[in-house]
Amino acid sequence: MNVWIAIAVTAVGCYLVKYLGLAAPAGVLERPLVKRLAALLPVALLAALTAQQTFSDGSHLMLDAKAAGVAAAAVALVMRAPFLLVVGVAVAVTAGVRALGG
Amino acid sequence: MPEQIEIRTTERAAPPPPAPPSTSDAAVIRDALGVGVAVGLSGFAFGVTSAGVGLSLLQTCALSLLVFTGASQFALVGALAAGGNPLTAAAGAFFLGARNAFYGLRLSAVLGYRSTVKPFAAHWVIDETSAVTLAQPDRRTARLGFTVTGLTLYVLWNLTTLVGALGAEALGDTEAWGLDAAGPAVFLALLAPMLKDTVERVAAGLAVVLVMVTLPLLPTGVPVLISALAAPAVLVVQGRRERAKEAGTAQEPGVVPAGPADPPARPDGAPESRTAIEEDRA
Repeated sequence: MNVWIAIAVTAVGCYLVKYLGLAAPAGVLERPLVKRLAALLPVALLAALTAQQTFSDGSHLMLDAKAAGVAAAAVALVMRAPFLLVVGVAVAVTAGVRALGG
Repeated sequence: MPEQIEIRTTERAAPPPPAPPSTSDAAVIRDALGVGVAVGLSGFAFGVTSAGVGLSLLQTCALSLLVFTGASQFALVGALAAGGNPLTAAAGAFFLGARNAFYGLRLSAVLGYRSTVKPFAAHWVIDETSAVTLAQPDRRTARLGFTVTGLTLYVLWNLTTLVGALGAEALGDTEAWGLDAAGPAVFLALLAPMLKDTVERVAAGLAVVLVMVTLPLLPTGVPVLISALAAPAVLVVQGRRERAKEAGTAQEPGVVPAGPADPPARPDGAPESRTAIEEDRA
C-alpha cells in the first residue's frame, strides 16, 4: 500500500510541475537565480542517489559487487558508450563479480 | 497558422545542436523519431530495475504511464527499495521532476497551445521533447516535433517498461544477475553530461559527502533530501565570490560566471541540460 501512496504522490507532483510550467505566465520563473538552482538541484540529487544506491543497503554503508559494476559504467561513460550499453556494462560486471564470489 | 513566432530568443547564445534545424516536415519527423526511439527503449532498464527491487508489474507500469519522467521514476523506485517511507521517496522524485517546469515555461510560448490543450500536452513535457521542440525554427514544426517525439517516446517507454518488468520477473533472483546495479548506473549516465563546470562538480561532490555522512544517522530517504541542499549552498558561495570579485577584492579562478548570459537550464542544446541519452543522439 505504501508503494501505491508513493506512486500516487509522485504522479500528481510530477504532473503538476509540468503543467505549472506550461500554464504559468511568462517570466514567473525566469529569475537567473531560480533557473540556476533548478539546474543544480538535479545534479546534487543524481550524485547523491548514485552514491546511495552504489554504497548502501538501506541505512548501512557497504562495498559490494555493485561498486565494481558502477565503476565499469563510469569507464563506459568516459568512452562515450550509449546509454543502454552503460547500464548493460554495470549489470554484467556486477553479475560477473558476484559469480566469482565477490 | 496566422502567427509564426520567432523562437530563437536572444538568450540562445550557443550554436544549435549538431543537426541544424530544418523546416522540412520529414526532417522534423525523422529527428523526433530518432530521439523517441532511442530514449523510449530505455524504458526497458526502468522495467527491469523496478521489478528487480520488488515492485509489482502493475506498479511498475503505473509509474511509466502516470509519472513519465525517467529520473524521477528511477529515484522513487530506488528510495522505496531502500525502505524509505513513501513521502520522502516521493519528495526526491518530485525535486528531480521540478526541472520540467522550466522546460514548460520555454515551451509554452513556442507551442502556443490553447489553455484547453495544455493539460494534455503537459504530460509530455520532459527533457527529450523539450530538446526537439526548441530546436525547431517555427511554431508549426515545433508542434510537429513535440507531438511526434512525445507520442513515440510515450508509447515505446511504456511498452519497454512492460517488457523489462516481465523479463525481470522471469529471471527470479535479480541480484544474482547484477540488475541492482542498473539503477545507480542510470543515475550516473544522467549525471555525467551535467558535470561540465566547477560549480556542477562541487555541488555533486558535496551532495555525495552529505549523503554518505547522513546515511547511517537519518531515516531512509532523508539523506538524499539533505544532499539536495548542496545546490543552494554552492550557489550561495558562488554568489559571494562573485560579489567579492566585482568589488575587486578577490580573484577566483575556475568559477563560472552567473547571469543570463550563461543560463544553465536550457534544454535546447546546452551541454548542462542534455541527458546522456540526448548526447548519444548527437
